[in-house]
Amino acid sequence: MSSLTATKRPGRTRAPRAAHRTRPRGPDLGAWFLVLPALLPILVLSVGPLLYGIALAFTDAQSGRTRATGWVGTLNFQDLLHDTLFWDSFRIGAVWAVGVTVPQFLLALGLALLLDQKLRFRWLARALAIVPWAMPEVVVGIMWRLVYNPDAGVLNETLRNLGLGEGRDWLSGLATALPAVIVVGVWAGMPQTTVALLAGLQNTPHELHEAAALDGAGAWRRFRVVTWPALRPVALAITALNLIWNFNSFALVYVLTNGGPGGRTRLPMLFAYEEAFRYGQFGYAAAMGCVMIAAVSVLIALSLVRRLKGDQDR
Amino acid sequence: MSALRTSRPARCGQYLALLAYLVFLALPFLWLVSTAFKPAPELASLHPTWIPKDPTLDNFRQAFDEQPLLRAAGNSLVAAVAAAVIAVAVATPLAYVTARHRGRLASAATGWVVISQAFPFVLVIIPLFLILKNLHLVNSVSGLVLVYVVWSLPFALWMLTGYVRAVPAELEEAAAVDGAGRLRTLVSVTAPLLVPGIVATALFAFVTAWNEFFFALVLLKTPEKQTLPVVLTHFLGAEGVADLGPLAAAAFLATLPSLVVFGLLQRRITGGMLAGAVKS
Repeated sequence: MSSLTATKRPGRTRAPRAAHRTRPRGPDLGAWFLVLPALLPILVLSVGPLLYGIALAFTDAQSGRTRATGWVGTLNFQDLLHDTLFWDSFRIGAVWAVGVTVPQFLLALGLALLLDQKLRFRWLARALAIVPWAMPEVVVGIMWRLVYNPDAGVLNETLRNLGLGEGRDWLSGLATALPAVIVVGVWAGMPQTTVALLAGLQNTPHELHEAAALDGAGAWRRFRVVTWPALRPVALAITALNLIWNFNSFALVYVLTNGGPGGRTRLPMLFAYEEAFRYGQFGYAAAMGCVMIAAVSVLIALSLVRRLKGDQDR
Repeated sequence: MSALRTSRPARCGQYLALLAYLVFLALPFLWLVSTAFKPAPELASLHPTWIPKDPTLDNFRQAFDEQPLLRAAGNSLVAAVAAAVIAVAVATPLAYVTARHRGRLASAATGWVVISQAFPFVLVIIPLFLILKNLHLVNSVSGLVLVYVVWSLPFALWMLTGYVRAVPAELEEAAAVDGAGRLRTLVSVTAPLLVPGIVATALFAFVTAWNEFFFALVLLKTPEKQTLPVVLTHFLGAEGVADLGPLAAAAFLATLPSLVVFGLLQRRITGGMLAGAVKS
């Protein structure tokens, strides 16, 4: 849903610059009055908890303990450094994020190019794209469990009918679980990525396209020279966001495998959730969150900040 | 596009690709629907069929018997409506200021929108859990609403800022020249033009809250308070053993409201995105 934020770019539609000259640059008192209702909850319930959460990472906070919570310095982080289970989950999270984002991007790109053509039935594709997008992640997970079901699932039945063996319990197999959940991740996020890329495609100057065609450029060359340069900013932004969202995802895999089998699909969020709300290790789980946000910040720093700056300098 | 003629084999390839995509997109959902209407013997069959031979509503009845679905849907509805209304009410004035004044505040708001996309929510939920616990708001829908409001503020702000910018500032200036005060300009000139955008944003916030799982899972402990997505996971049971029919039926029902709202909204979403891109 928030892929909107990547592509909508409302800034582009603003009124001509001259209109702003007559207005004060900073918000005056009246403006502050308008800002406060949103600012207060943001500060109290969003920025505050985030800072509090970072602070908790340096304490031994636990649920239901009687002793006062104490400051432990970087102890949690030192423990985390030696926690192979956490690094396993970190690695799985990275594989999952890349494994979902890359195929999803390639499929969505192909599809967006396809839907940009004047094809019959493309309305059907656009209409159907709502389904994965609007579904609660929990329902997506449940639905795919029905598909993957070893006995009554449609996947194994199809394989049996095609003579491709007896099928298997995809979500419980040590080797198949991660690929199986990755397929679901790709399915669930593809429409959003497609719509974002489709919006980006409208940026491509069609005249240039036609000119290139008249000059005898083939489809691939036209894509490389005309389409891709125009699409690149949108493509990079949506890819960065997808990597971040996927790395931080929770509900889908929680429903599909709950991290199993044997931790093979235990994403960092699942690990941190268990640590915090099953074992009550708030401080330790907060430290995990810090490591995750640090990893993700690198991505943001690399892609989004430059892009936003470009937007604001306009 | 007129200069670009596509050869017949290429066209065929395109239609094949479209077909493959439609199948990939549609089949899981059709399977869910099919499972929801299958009677128990057909569900137990080792050779499941696409179309139930003997469709039944038993699964739906059983689903309502097994879990408090109605109450859960009620909780979801209350949380989602309250969150959407409050989020939009709170975000609209901020979006107005962000759109009209280009200063430090606008940059800060934009920066916050971006950063909030990167939150690993566990880092936010632990302190929120502790704070709400102290306020005795854990295991209450009002606590959840608070969280949802803040959680949906970033994109509400982003969408609304776009809608405000689409209202020409000249209109407001003209009203000011005509002697209307700032408040009057806002109420009688700007606000009416913003209504469609506000409605779209609210619906979007509604769907997000209706579908949300993680916060609800952490904050709501007793079945009477839980929202629909959390209650749905109770059908899964221990060790993944599930009663497939009622599970599918309940999951199908839980999707319908989002599908309806998204269906209404789709033109606006894609339309808005496309317009935004075209105008740049």
